[in-house]
Amino acid sequence: MKLKKKEQTTICLTVNGRRYVESVEPRKLLSDFLREDCGLTGTHVGCEHGVCGACTILLNGSAVRSCLLFAVQVDGAEIRTVEGLDTEGHLNPLQEAFSEHHALQCGFCTPGILLSASELLEYNPHPTTEEIEEMLSGHLCRCTGYKGIVKAIEKVANRNPKFTHES
Amino acid sequence: MKTIGRRIRRTEDARLMTGRGTYMEDLQPLPNLHHAAILRSPYPHARIKGIHTERAEQMPGVKGVVTGRDVARWTQPFPVGVTAPVEYYSLAVEKVRFAGEPVAVVVAKNRYLAEDALDAIEVEYEPLPAVVDIEKALEPDAPVLHDQVGTNIANDRTFDYGDVDGAFSEADLVVSHKFNFPKFSATPVETYGVIAHHDPSENHFTIWSNFHGPFTLQSVMAAALQVPSNRLRIIIPKDIGGSYGIKSGVFPYMVLMAVVSKKVGLPVKWIEDRQEHLFASSSGTDRVTWIEAAVKRDGTITGLKMKIVDNVGGYIRAPEPASLYRTHSNTTGAYKVKNLRMHTVAVMTNKSPTGLIRGYGGPQHYFPLERLIPMIAKQLGMDPADVIRKNLIAKDDFPYRTASGGMYDSGDYQKGFETVLECAKYDEWKKRQKEARAEGRYLGIGLACIVEPSGSNMGYITMALTPEERAKSLPKSGCAEGATVSIDPMGGISVRISTVPSGQGHETVASQIVGEVLGVDPHSVRVIAEMDTSTSPWTVASGSYSSRFAPVGSSAVYHAAQKVRKKILEIAGKQLQVPSEALELKDGKAIGKDDPSKSVSLRRLIGSAHWNPQALPEGVEPGIHETAFFTIPTAMPPDEKDLVNGSVTYGFVADAVLVEVDPETGQIDILDYVTVHDAGKLLNPLIVDGQILGGLVHGLGGALYEELAYDANGQFLSGSFMDYLCPTATEIPPVTVKHLETPSPLTPLGAKGLGEGNTMSAPVVIANAVADALQPFDLSIDTLPLTPDRIWSLIRKAENKQPILEGEK
Repeated sequence: MKLKKKEQTTICLTVNGRRYVESVEPRKLLSDFLREDCGLTGTHVGCEHGVCGACTILLNGSAVRSCLLFAVQVDGAEIRTVEGLDTEGHLNPLQEAFSEHHALQCGFCTPGILLSASELLEYNPHPTTEEIEEMLSGHLCRCTGYKGIVKAIEKVANRNPKFTHES
Repeated sequence: MKTIGRRIRRTEDARLMTGRGTYMEDLQPLPNLHHAAILRSPYPHARIKGIHTERAEQMPGVKGVVTGRDVARWTQPFPVGVTAPVEYYSLAVEKVRFAGEPVAVVVAKNRYLAEDALDAIEVEYEPLPAVVDIEKALEPDAPVLHDQVGTNIANDRTFDYGDVDGAFSEADLVVSHKFNFPKFSATPVETYGVIAHHDPSENHFTIWSNFHGPFTLQSVMAAALQVPSNRLRIIIPKDIGGSYGIKSGVFPYMVLMAVVSKKVGLPVKWIEDRQEHLFASSSGTDRVTWIEAAVKRDGTITGLKMKIVDNVGGYIRAPEPASLYRTHSNTTGAYKVKNLRMHTVAVMTNKSPTGLIRGYGGPQHYFPLERLIPMIAKQLGMDPADVIRKNLIAKDDFPYRTASGGMYDSGDYQKGFETVLECAKYDEWKKRQKEARAEGRYLGIGLACIVEPSGSNMGYITMALTPEERAKSLPKSGCAEGATVSIDPMGGISVRISTVPSGQGHETVASQIVGEVLGVDPHSVRVIAEMDTSTSPWTVASGSYSSRFAPVGSSAVYHAAQKVRKKILEIAGKQLQVPSEALELKDGKAIGKDDPSKSVSLRRLIGSAHWNPQALPEGVEPGIHETAFFTIPTAMPPDEKDLVNGSVTYGFVADAVLVEVDPETGQIDILDYVTVHDAGKLLNPLIVDGQILGGLVHGLGGALYEELAYDANGQFLSGSFMDYLCPTATEIPPVTVKHLETPSPLTPLGAKGLGEGNTMSAPVVIANAVADALQPFDLSIDTLPLTPDRIWSLIRKAENKQPILEGEK
């Protein structure tokens, strides 16, 4: 795709099962696109240089940082954000476990962590504690000290072998 | 139903885990919001000779540019509680004094266009010599930041309590050392954000921000904007993405955006980026401490002398220099030391300005104090645990008056300390250490005991002034907080709090308290945590800092709920024809304590207050809407002898840590961390443990990784999360938390604040453990963070000086 600097371009993608056809500037970050054009403000921006992990989403099933992608790069893709994890307000088992183990305080980093954890459990339903910590090391949380998050993911990993982010 | 003190899941969680929280960046409270971007100084110290904005103003989408000239015309410098005539504005005027200082603001249709236009602004600078080092800034020929001050000293005070000279002349041993504590932050994952709107028809400002005041800073902002305080409405969203004190430093940007909105005539939104946050938001102070202890042969510490110098950055700003005084009342920590001399200095250098941060002043203070204990032990040939035992305040001494005027409300420090030794299996650790040394491995044990102050007394900040200076103005005291409990005509219970939570679960705990007092399910109680200075019940102390929710905020909620309870019981007494004292509230009913056949539903009682006021008992007002304000009388103003009780409740933390240091790489491995807490009665242990662990990891970051580093010329070196290292999940050691619950006699629920304690203790206890591990080398651990590079260099230097002990390798 060749585009001029400020020329608008139309992209078409699916977010949380809903189809979006929107016109964007080529330089618009995917994180800004999701928040501003789709109104999905659950995706949070913490550093804009790919370290803190707060803006993590699932892009065609893989956890990626939405601040390191342009919206035009995801034309045709399927995206899941934190708003797509619950079912009409009913929390999924991972969310339930987060609350039970006090895995969140301010909640700002939580959406990204939930999505990375969903990806981990999708591909590796029984991760070891070390594997969970390794996955989590791509996220900064300044509130919890991480232990509650690890416990919450461990709980889901052990309780529900068939867990997927769509359950 | 008993709900206070139970591990109840948080009501906040559901919205935060489904992306339905409402954080600052999510708000769009007004139409036609425009976006601001800030141009910042690349120089740490320079004169501004000219700013050319014409080209930027002509760019697409740009609505205006604001410079220091506008800010100097429309605002006053921020008031600050020292006598040094420092002029601090929200935008640099004539001079910049730290790298990253705001110089100009562009307003445009969106953030992308605003940032484009920053590149088109030309600033002519005349660079000046910079100084960032505390001791260099105090030298007579140092570059001076503020000409009208004449030196870099912003505050300088001395204090003398007891007979210090006597203690030192009678000492068997004097132990002294100099310590350096680094500048670090807490880097909340959500950065600063502001929306400002000026209404010229009323000269009224409305500002939305993820600030956690209003406390004293609302008046500071109103003074800067030159408006009556009721023309400055501050609204804080119920969800804040972490603060740990750091977001109090957003206030200059709140004023800046207010001025920008006024000049461009549009509502303006500004969201800080991470680089801006690391460069120029706020942080703790770096500090140099010279400490001396007078010690008896048996380990008893009889006197302390301390000189502490805090680096407050380019401008001293409110509430600084409070970092120097926040721990003043508990300077002697958990120890019975009656003779104390202090010299406190705040110095300005070309670093970013400082402010509140978790532990505020505590990490800086306990680092030298608790590092000294093992140094004393070493010189006396004692076990550090025995030196601690010798000096701890005894159970029977409470309430305990400290040398500097602190009033420790309750505690059992011996029990706390013995508990930590027991849980850690201290003797076993010592055996492990000995065995490891025989194998050429370096294990070390660290101990630390700290007193954790909570619920700050507004009066302590005035310790920056002499008693004579203080006498010229209204004395300051108290720690007041307000809360409102109301019940609508259909029985819906609402609670309005002014404690501005940023993740601490205040909504949950407030609902537990109100649920228990009114005998209803806490999940049916709705808590409104949004702060609005036009409508919330707030005081000059309101906000989230000094762990004040548990001792003060929750107490206001409790008293407001008690007022509602009393009113409902009075109404019930009349309806049931029994004295209200014979009734209680239980399971949604008012019911006879001894005669359960006397009963009426809460819903009916509330209904009569709204629908049928004529039937109310005499003297009872219609409606149910009760506000209570709560303070604690021990929060007295400082007296003429400089005695001050700076906090209302004092908890206790005892830590024991086992580390292994690899001398080849300088790597530190924390093998075990045990911490014992006494924070009085716990309101929700689930939340308590989360607060404690979070605070501990913050302290661990300060001990091992985090530093806002500058080079000698004042250039900032840690402008990204690749340079400023925060602990991640893989760096967290095993942690055991144990609780004692000695109730505070001063709070209705017996609760004290918590969550800052380990931020204060972790840096020093880890340093003590590392120093212990490296005992075979001749080196001092007196500077943080303990990076592999620093440890490695210390070991190499020690090896060159004196080879390691025979048989060690």
